[in-house]
Amino acid sequence: MIKRVLLIVTLLSAAASFTSRAQDAAAATTNAPAAAAPADTAPKPDPAGTATGAASDVQDAAGNTFVVSAPTALSDDDKKDPAKVKSYAEAKKAYDDYLAQVKVEPLAVKMADPVGHNRVAINFMWTLITGFLVMFMQAGFALVETGLCRAKNAGHTMAMNFMIYPMGMLGFYLCGFAFMFGGLGPIGTMGGYGGLNGEWTVNLFGKPFGLLGHKGFLLQGVGYDTAAFALFLFQMVFMDTTATIPTGAAAERWKFSAFMIYGCCIGTFMYPIFGNWVWGGGWLSQLGTNFGLGHGHVDFAGSSVVHMQGGVIALIFAWLIGPRYGKYDANGKLVHPIIPHNLPFVMLGTFILAFGWFGFNPGSSLAGTDLRIAVVAVNTMLASATGALGATLWMWWVRTKKPDPSMMCNGMLAGLVAITCPCAFVSAGGASILGLVAGILVVESVFFFDKIGIDDCVGAISVHGVNGAWGCLSLGLFADGTYGSANGGWNGVPGNVVGLFYGGGMGQFWAELIGVTVCFVTLALISLVVYKLTEALVGNRVDREVEIEGLDLPEMGVPGYSGFVMDKQAETPMPRGEAYVPKTQSSAPLRA
Amino acid sequence: MKKIEAIIKPFKLEEVKDALGEVGVMGMTVIEAKGFGRQKGHTETYRGSEYSVDFLPKIKIELVVSEEQADSAIEAIVKTAKTGKIGDGKVFITTVDDAIRIRTEEKGAKAV
Repeated sequence: MIKRVLLIVTLLSAAASFTSRAQDAAAATTNAPAAAAPADTAPKPDPAGTATGAASDVQDAAGNTFVVSAPTALSDDDKKDPAKVKSYAEAKKAYDDYLAQVKVEPLAVKMADPVGHNRVAINFMWTLITGFLVMFMQAGFALVETGLCRAKNAGHTMAMNFMIYPMGMLGFYLCGFAFMFGGLGPIGTMGGYGGLNGEWTVNLFGKPFGLLGHKGFLLQGVGYDTAAFALFLFQMVFMDTTATIPTGAAAERWKFSAFMIYGCCIGTFMYPIFGNWVWGGGWLSQLGTNFGLGHGHVDFAGSSVVHMQGGVIALIFAWLIGPRYGKYDANGKLVHPIIPHNLPFVMLGTFILAFGWFGFNPGSSLAGTDLRIAVVAVNTMLASATGALGATLWMWWVRTKKPDPSMMCNGMLAGLVAITCPCAFVSAGGASILGLVAGILVVESVFFFDKIGIDDCVGAISVHGVNGAWGCLSLGLFADGTYGSANGGWNGVPGNVVGLFYGGGMGQFWAELIGVTVCFVTLALISLVVYKLTEALVGNRVDREVEIEGLDLPEMGVPGYSGFVMDKQAETPMPRGEAYVPKTQSSAPLRA
Repeated sequence: MKKIEAIIKPFKLEEVKDALGEVGVMGMTVIEAKGFGRQKGHTETYRGSEYSVDFLPKIKIELVVSEEQADSAIEAIVKTAKTGKIGDGKVFITTVDDAIRIRTEEKGAKAV
């Protein structure tokens, strides 16, 4: 195994040349207007916010800029190409017209500066406020996960959900943000600040593959800019969404010390690597420009970047840590489902998450001036509805005789996770259908993982992992070709994003499939390393005695619900005969 | 004096309490309990997996009455708690040696 990895690394380094590229405005992978700053002067950070947003940011609804820049002169070779000569003549005429207009109406040119500033301010406001909404999703996750666990672990599960917020954030502040967005290029919707322009790149097959950013560590230097800060806030709360997903899958048996080590890893490097490849201008976003696969791996709000990453980590952790004591017998047969202690928590949490998703998806435009946000918001709510309905009816009519409330919540979240990637690119009908599929998929997936003995307390693998993948693939199918062409096209590929069902061919689908596969492989490897590291340092699983007692007192020192009489029968399922004891757990004798 | 312990269905508590009041019972102790008898538990499903609910919620009433009152109290309980369906519960009667009212230190039948 190790030899094989070494061989691949050697081969790659022989075929590749590593470089650190400074992205120019033309190679920028955002769907943003190009920065107005000339390429030869380094972009200056604007910590006061008094230099961000000017005439160059003024656009009409279609994205046509008010300021027309001079076309670059044609070379002698270009002059032989009639098409280039024609487009140059058109650009020159537009520029001359603009100059003539400037002479006639100098006040209009002056006024363009505050207009541009206001446009950027609207986008700042939108990004920050939707970011605040996403931050509140932490509360939703905490309630869903804690409600689905047993009362004796409520304090512990809640504490993990609480501490992942600061732990993840500080890691992202330290280096995660720089790794993920350090090579982003101009932040188009927020004034086109281009200071985050350092990406480690490897050249393969003569094409640049962006691997990791390296500017903006600790938000210092080029990172000390208002646009960079707004981007940091928005992307930090996204990272924390990923971070809090595995805490549910591995709950009720995960040592708090082991969780804290994971908390250090998630924001610093676990999340940002794949994140850079999709959102930071890395190689998956370049699949379109490099290989003609649609618009590259398109993920509007993070079905893969946020949810599938969290789902894959959850899968690896839940698999390696083993099922909770008592759920399976010695033969691995599920003998005692562990029922939730607080369904009102679960449902309240789900509603909080659905509410926060109005920040998550529409906010990902990073632009209040992009009116597609209305379509995004409606698609989001439709998919949440069909997801919930799909899961409920599938449980009620097909799988069991009762409409399981915990599965209703999983269904709504599955619909939301699935619509997260394609929300800006599909019609209302497409959103409804893919949400419905997500609702059914989540039920089948939960049954599957239960059957193969991967004990996921809250359904995180099914909700976030499986439906994250489905969300991305569904974009390759359902994208209806009405959005994505503004400002030179999504990921630098001209035209709207079109999926298979709307005549777009397989290109976009392949790009999504590659993204999903890469997400799975990369995160599985990273999670494996982090888990094994934690296992060696502190061990991941609590002792069996602690697990049966409940983690609250031994791990946290205080019960989640003091003064309540616990229903011991619901609390501790003790299977008849020998229970399954995972290898990862010490088999210290139980107290008599 | 007799001590009556009756295990009944929880939703019958109000009716039983009223019926006991009508026959002159002055007080009782009520305990939320769980258990099973001949009807055993039943199975439910959570996320597709069956689990058994072995102990069903019940109410246990305890009251101590004088010899004369015992028969009418027992009759009141049995009549009102009966639904005719399995799981209606049981009544147990024992003899009590003595009783003391703590406030006044009265003893015997006067204390109940």
